[in-house]
Amino acid sequence: MNKRHFLRGVKDALPIVLGYLPLAMTFGVLARSSNLSLGQVLSMSLMIYSGSAQFIAVGMLGAGAAPAGIMATVMLVNSRLILLSASLAPHLSRMTAPALSFLAHGITDETYAVALGRVGEKPPNRWYLTGLFVTAHLAWVGGSAAGGILGTLLGATARWGLNFALTAMFISLLIIQLKNNITIMVACLAGLVSVVVATMISGGWNIIVATILAATVGVLMEKWNKPSGRSSSVSPR
Amino acid sequence: MEQTVWAIILGIAALNYLFRVTPLLLLSRVRIPSLWARWLGYVPVAVLAALVAPEIFLNGGVPALTLENKNLLAAIPTFLVAVKTRSLLFTLLTGVASMALFNALG
Repeated sequence: MNKRHFLRGVKDALPIVLGYLPLAMTFGVLARSSNLSLGQVLSMSLMIYSGSAQFIAVGMLGAGAAPAGIMATVMLVNSRLILLSASLAPHLSRMTAPALSFLAHGITDETYAVALGRVGEKPPNRWYLTGLFVTAHLAWVGGSAAGGILGTLLGATARWGLNFALTAMFISLLIIQLKNNITIMVACLAGLVSVVVATMISGGWNIIVATILAATVGVLMEKWNKPSGRSSSVSPR
Repeated sequence: MEQTVWAIILGIAALNYLFRVTPLLLLSRVRIPSLWARWLGYVPVAVLAALVAPEIFLNGGVPALTLENKNLLAAIPTFLVAVKTRSLLFTLLTGVASMALFNALG
């Protein structure tokens, strides 16, 4: 019974595994080229387990940002985990606190999406979620290890153009995020503010200042775009 | 330096776990206000733009809109491929290949 649920979770994780392996390998290579040790690479993938946080942390470390600036930026980016966890919570209300505490670490954008796809059918089973979450996490750690080991074999990474890999990756993720005019405006504003602030203060604070400002303007622009400004505060979810 | 890196790793790890576990344990009935949810929805695009722009427009903290700025040059094909393909892999390969080319040219 438990085994059947567990195996179904493992099977549902396979598409996630295919997505995670190349991304995690890229992370491993980039982190090693930013002078992180293999132990640090593995610790990040095991304990942080968030692509955006790990790539941003490595990028900012490489750029010599202040620790507090790195923490603040990552905190802002990863606050979306609160949303994922909060929207999963009502479906898992029958589980015990220890089970929830264990499963919580496995929540990512991808595992969340797959898990929510299943909870519509019936109450989610904790063995199913364990199979799903553990398999995805193993792929993430395994891919990072492979990339981390491979990274040292490449030698001087600038020769291979790898000094631009992180920026290229951010560019790609940025383009994927551009869904409408408001997101394009938010991106332009954030970029402009970030550049201006970066010329004035160092330590990576430009990122957090630009993000807070541009996201706020984005929400305001939603309001201005509405045909009638009234009752926008009770818009349906 | 080494200790700072470990402190950052452990700090982010603790933060992430807190973000993941707290709502799961507490928030079975409380909802996140929609205004906050929508604000958080703009955070990824804003962060990414804020990360990319200084990387390609600045060089050592000063504006560098010149042909010597390799990051700016490499960003052009990278952006085009990103828009055209929307593929992480192809964009990454284009960026890396462009930079390898510019590095080789000196």
